[in-house]
Amino acid sequence: MCDQTFLAITFGPCDSCSENRPLMNLYIKTEPINYCSLCMEIMACQGLASGETLKSLKAESETLRKKLEEERKKLHDVELEKVAEKAEALGELNMKTRRTLKGHGNKVLCMDWCKDKRRIVSSSQDGKVIVWDAFTTNKEHAVTMPTTWVMACAYAPSGCAIACGGLDNKCSVYPLSLDKDENLAAKKKSVAMHTNYLSGCTFTNSDMQILTSSGDGTSALWDVESGQLLQSFHGHSADVLTLDLAPSETGNTFVSGGSDKKANVWDLRSGQNVQSFDTHDSDINCVKYYPSGDAFASASDDSTCRLFDLRADREVSIYSKDSIMFGAASVDFSLSGRLLFAGYNDYTINVWDVLKGTRVAILFGHENRVSSLRVSPDGTAFCSGSWDNTLRIWA
Amino acid sequence: MQDPDMGVKMRNQRLLITVIPHAMTGNDVIEWLIQKYNITEEEARHLGGLLVQYGYIYPLRDPRSLLLRSDDSPYRFQTPYFWTSSRWPASELDYAIYLAKKNIRKQGELVDYEKENYSILHKRINHTWDFVVMQAREQLRASKQRRKADRIVLECQEQAYWLINKPCPGAFDVLDLGPERCNVLSSRVALIEHSRRALGRNRVKSSICLESFMKYSEQYLHHDPIMSGCLPSNPWISDDTSHWTINTDMVGTPTRLRVERWSFSFMELLNDSMGRREFMIYLEKEFSAENLCFWVACEDLRHGESSKIILKVEEVYKNFLAPGAARWVNIDSKTMERTLEGIKRPHRFIMDDAQMHIYFLMKKDSYPRYLKSELYKNMLAKAIVPQETKKSVFPFMRRQRHSSPSPAMVTQATEDDGKAKGAGPTGTSSTTNSQI
Repeated sequence: MCDQTFLAITFGPCDSCSENRPLMNLYIKTEPINYCSLCMEIMACQGLASGETLKSLKAESETLRKKLEEERKKLHDVELEKVAEKAEALGELNMKTRRTLKGHGNKVLCMDWCKDKRRIVSSSQDGKVIVWDAFTTNKEHAVTMPTTWVMACAYAPSGCAIACGGLDNKCSVYPLSLDKDENLAAKKKSVAMHTNYLSGCTFTNSDMQILTSSGDGTSALWDVESGQLLQSFHGHSADVLTLDLAPSETGNTFVSGGSDKKANVWDLRSGQNVQSFDTHDSDINCVKYYPSGDAFASASDDSTCRLFDLRADREVSIYSKDSIMFGAASVDFSLSGRLLFAGYNDYTINVWDVLKGTRVAILFGHENRVSSLRVSPDGTAFCSGSWDNTLRIWA
Repeated sequence: MQDPDMGVKMRNQRLLITVIPHAMTGNDVIEWLIQKYNITEEEARHLGGLLVQYGYIYPLRDPRSLLLRSDDSPYRFQTPYFWTSSRWPASELDYAIYLAKKNIRKQGELVDYEKENYSILHKRINHTWDFVVMQAREQLRASKQRRKADRIVLECQEQAYWLINKPCPGAFDVLDLGPERCNVLSSRVALIEHSRRALGRNRVKSSICLESFMKYSEQYLHHDPIMSGCLPSNPWISDDTSHWTINTDMVGTPTRLRVERWSFSFMELLNDSMGRREFMIYLEKEFSAENLCFWVACEDLRHGESSKIILKVEEVYKNFLAPGAARWVNIDSKTMERTLEGIKRPHRFIMDDAQMHIYFLMKKDSYPRYLKSELYKNMLAKAIVPQETKKSVFPFMRRQRHSSPSPAMVTQATEDDGKAKGAGPTGTSSTTNSQI
């Protein structure tokens, strides 16, 4: 009747993220759009290439995604289950706990094997990192980190050093000395610096370089000697939780998984994100390469493990069961790649037949979450670390 | 975050109508789980136990002991209002009201740790205390107007909820979670770029890829100790380290499985230091050993210390690439040109192209010939197949577990006096020699 009062929608689905939120009315090149305040801020920071409106961007990304799906489907001429029909069925698996490593005072968060097939390094919530001879269950070295939640630890290929890090946002390398009186902490070397917690670390083919993943959304390659950053990898839109190096002949790629439900494959040399897989429904907690390097498996909070083929560029198998409702925290393959061992937040370890997709066995024993699981370098056993403060060797 | 997709609906339960309506026995729960999910009793008990620990089912007898007993102990479902997935994290205000109610209802009803929590809360959210007390009084008044049965049920539900969310100190805290993880919205522009690049990729047909997994698993089946056992025995099971002893790097006679594995792929041959040594011997006979030496030098460059890069590049050039070099490698002219150009600005990956060229040369040419050579065939014939250890007569007699020299010690010793130190107590033989 009097002023021009235009009707504006003040609450409802956001045009960008589709969530029901309080809306702000924007004009982009005279087109009225409704955005929630979060999306508006993001848009303001990102900027737009000239000539593109947000609506068209959204449409474009949708069409591209559909096209990608179609392309992938074209070459998908058979399912893994069908191919696996001619594989021999597996007999009963009789695995038991053969060693229990007690000594941590708090949750065990991560562990790694030494190339000598019997030594292990493990790290825990209270900041302690212990090197064990798992065969005799003796502790050989112990370091107390100046931080809690040491979420990542790794053994150097030579067996002469260990790397670890966590809430201190750094990755530190400790050379292992056999002098009993020597304080290992004195020789500590800070190698990596991130802006959020360290979630994973691994040495590349030698003691001289370390690859790290962090809660700040990036992964990075560092030179141990100088502490210099050699390459950084950006592309995850949330915490990067896990990484694994490819065993391939050219040895140039690695895969990382994050809270953004994506698993990305990177080229070490160029820093480029080469491939990406986003079929999981929740955070990816662990990724591991298939022994041949042509595929990798992932474990996620959506209680499934999945196998992704790198050459076909798609997910080829899902390992899940209705009775498994808790997230999977860690996976690893047996030496031949036929078995997949996965540790879950419901304190169990499930063993899957990689080819047929069925569960072969379920192992009980831990009294709290299984946080990390790795098969030994010669495949004779695997070790699981848990929030019940112990590690178990199964064979 | 993660666990709350436990929207487990357990209807169709047998109801035991006693004074306590809608109850079920522990046994019922387990039976139902077995039926519905087609799992074993052990797994059903484990799963049911977790349901109790997370508060979706609570015990009526002995409510402080959160276990699922597989007998006729009564349990009841928790109301969705109090599910961990709907009300987590528990709000401090709610907890304060609950404790206040308990306190008002009966003096001295608060247990030690509850009393402590109560006074801590009183200090911390003191500004809301009037509200807390008022709410507590109102809720108590409202409950007095309910039927006795309902009142008891509600009290049980509330008690169960708080037993889990604020457990007694020292008790198992099932809601313990790791550090916070955060999520950021991804940029649409980046998504588009990524999709475009992905569309341009070459893909391989699924049938080919999946066949390769089948082949790989089959090929390695007998080499997988967990699937096929290992000879003479798995050290972790029998406490006998022979398996490791006969497979050390520089053992006199390798095992048959090990030598067979060299024929699986070129990478397998190179990854085994003994295989690499044998291959080198063969190449020397063929007068093409410089290829392998070049490859090894390039690997050293790629993975070595940053400070030594320039030095190493010079060495490689001098030994392998310079015209008239002692071990000149035969690379095609384009790659050679590119490499020589790059050497002017040396960096870690400068030899990559040349290295790859030589690698594939060896793989396509020398490697297949090696596998057909007398050298390899003799190795295979000589290789030992260890006897499987008979299971000991007294299964409970544990062998003594001996320690082995730490890899760290060997390197230190090598540095100390230039010689690798000897064996450990049982004569577990030599440790790794450091090679390039």
